[in-house]
Amino acid sequence: MSELDPIIKIEDLSKSFTGTTGEVIEVLKDINLEIYRGDIFGIIGMSGAGKSTLVRCINFLEKPDAGKVLFDGKDLSSLSDKELYRVRQSMGMIFQQFNLLMQRTALDNVCFPLEIAGIRKKEAREKARGLLELVGIPDKLQAYPSQLSGGQRQRVAIARALATDPKILLCDEATSALDPSTTRGVLELLSDINQRLGVTIVVITHEMAVVEGICKKVAIIDQHHIAETGYVDEVFSRPKSQAAKRLFYPDDAKINSFVGSRCCRIVFDGSSSFEPVIADMVLKFRTTVNIIFADTQNIGGKAFGQIVIQLPQDNMTAEKMMDYLKSKDLSVEEVKEFV
Amino acid sequence: MFNSVMIKMLLKGSVQTLYVSIISSVVAYLIGLPLGILLVTTEKDGLTPVTWLNKFLGVIINLLRSVPFLILVLVVQPFTRLIIGTPLGPKASIVPLVIASAPYIARLVESSIKEIDRGAIEAAQSMGASPFQIIYKVMLPEAKPSLIVGSAIAVTTIVGYSAMTGIVGGGGLGDIAIRYGLYKYQYDVMLITVVLLVIIVQIIQEVGTRMAKNMDKRTR
Ligand SMILES: Nc1ncnc2c1ncn2[C@@H]1O[C@H](COP(=O)(O)OP(=O)(O)OP(=O)(O)O)[C@@H](O)[C@H]1O
Ligand SMILES: [Mg+2]
Repeated sequence: MSELDPIIKIEDLSKSFTGTTGEVIEVLKDINLEIYRGDIFGIIGMSGAGKSTLVRCINFLEKPDAGKVLFDGKDLSSLSDKELYRVRQSMGMIFQQFNLLMQRTALDNVCFPLEIAGIRKKEAREKARGLLELVGIPDKLQAYPSQLSGGQRQRVAIARALATDPKILLCDEATSALDPSTTRGVLELLSDINQRLGVTIVVITHEMAVVEGICKKVAIIDQHHIAETGYVDEVFSRPKSQAAKRLFYPDDAKINSFVGSRCCRIVFDGSSSFEPVIADMVLKFRTTVNIIFADTQNIGGKAFGQIVIQLPQDNMTAEKMMDYLKSKDLSVEEVKEFV
Repeated sequence: MFNSVMIKMLLKGSVQTLYVSIISSVVAYLIGLPLGILLVTTEKDGLTPVTWLNKFLGVIINLLRSVPFLILVLVVQPFTRLIIGTPLGPKASIVPLVIASAPYIARLVESSIKEIDRGAIEAAQSMGASPFQIIYKVMLPEAKPSLIVGSAIAVTTIVGYSAMTGIVGGGGLGDIAIRYGLYKYQYDVMLITVVLLVIIVQIIQEVGTRMAKNMDKRTR
């Protein structure tokens, strides 16, 4: 087992459910995916696309109908129940609704997976205390979940998921129940954990901003299939699949209505910090541009998102503006092709 | 007429009612609690689905629960004689009380456990907990306040039923009520037994409700 082999390898996985009236609901079809050690891997798709089902197949909470899931080279379907329980101890999972034990304190919640793994109580408490410190709530050891805010609850859940030193952390919509600033805090924590502990993280989400914020690679899941997969900045600046384009332009009507005049799309992929690029350009060329669509955010001082601007009618100036933007290390493209 | 003999008898009756109710409750929980857990875990989406067993248990429980208690007392008399030695008396009344209340308790336990969030169970599964660990580390502790409320309901119901066993000389307050009220027309004695039963039921219910409220960490 080489360090360079994927930690998760999914081969031709399919899964369907039987509905209440006996009909077959196909959720995943021929999924192939490789997730490498140390990566933060995003899986994004619309609601109902099958993201939760896919992540539940990774730790075999859901057994696939066909295909394989290899964790660290082990075929999960070949394991006995007991072996599977052991393997799950090296996979942490966090949830949208936190799923803490309501009758246990924060500390005892973090101790829970250690109890399951048969670690002695004293040792477990020691470890739990350290983890709650790591996630930034060392003062909430004795608080019950009902006494904590959403963000704090998710931090307890993260500490709990890390308790057994997992190799991988599965996050199913971990920030979807949180407000934007709490979301940012939790994402920064996840990214910090990835760097400090080297834990591979799988992030399931329906929000582009989450993927942009912390993921290195992304898979787009659409119509039961993986539509596209690759490095986030590549997929984001040069989306190939229709599914990806739909995700990046949730409202393509906005852009279609500007067909005719030249528009260009500027993508901020986190490599540049937030500078007033557009304003500087306007000053430099002494020509105004129209901002048609903007969806950017500041995550950890880096700019993420995109802006679509309408260029001046004058072709010369338009070309020069494009060159100027490119010189700023931004990904720039005309959006004609999109129409 | 409320001489010391009468007071002594009422006291003895109360103690007997409590004794019979508590023993019956304990034995009924020893059967009903595992049965209730089994009802939850063997369900279609349960931890260890065994659909036929689930259906089978459901039918048996519904059957037992639909037999009127007085009829049950009479029907199980031969069985009672077999294990207790006599079909009459306080000890003998424990048998029909257990048979009637165990299925009831199983349903109470089932509904208490089903109240807890599925997510907590899913989280435990994701950490590699075995079904057994999930039962005693997640289901039971998380459902504890609700289980306590349920047990107050169960025990008070058993106290009420135990009074009915007076009809077969089951002892306790019910026995006194029937002997004095029904056969000797001493309605004042009967009234006092009823008051004593009400007080016992009230106390058990109150204690149960308070205990559950104090231990529940979901609120506050
Ligand atoms: N146990 C089940 N039985 C029947 N259908 C199911 C079951 N679990 C999921 N489904 C169906 O599978 C589809 C995908 O569900 P899934 O929860 O994986 O979607 P998702 O991408 O996570 O969506 P969301 O973003 O809303 O969480 C849905 O249509 C859902 O109704
Ligand atoms: Mg989901």
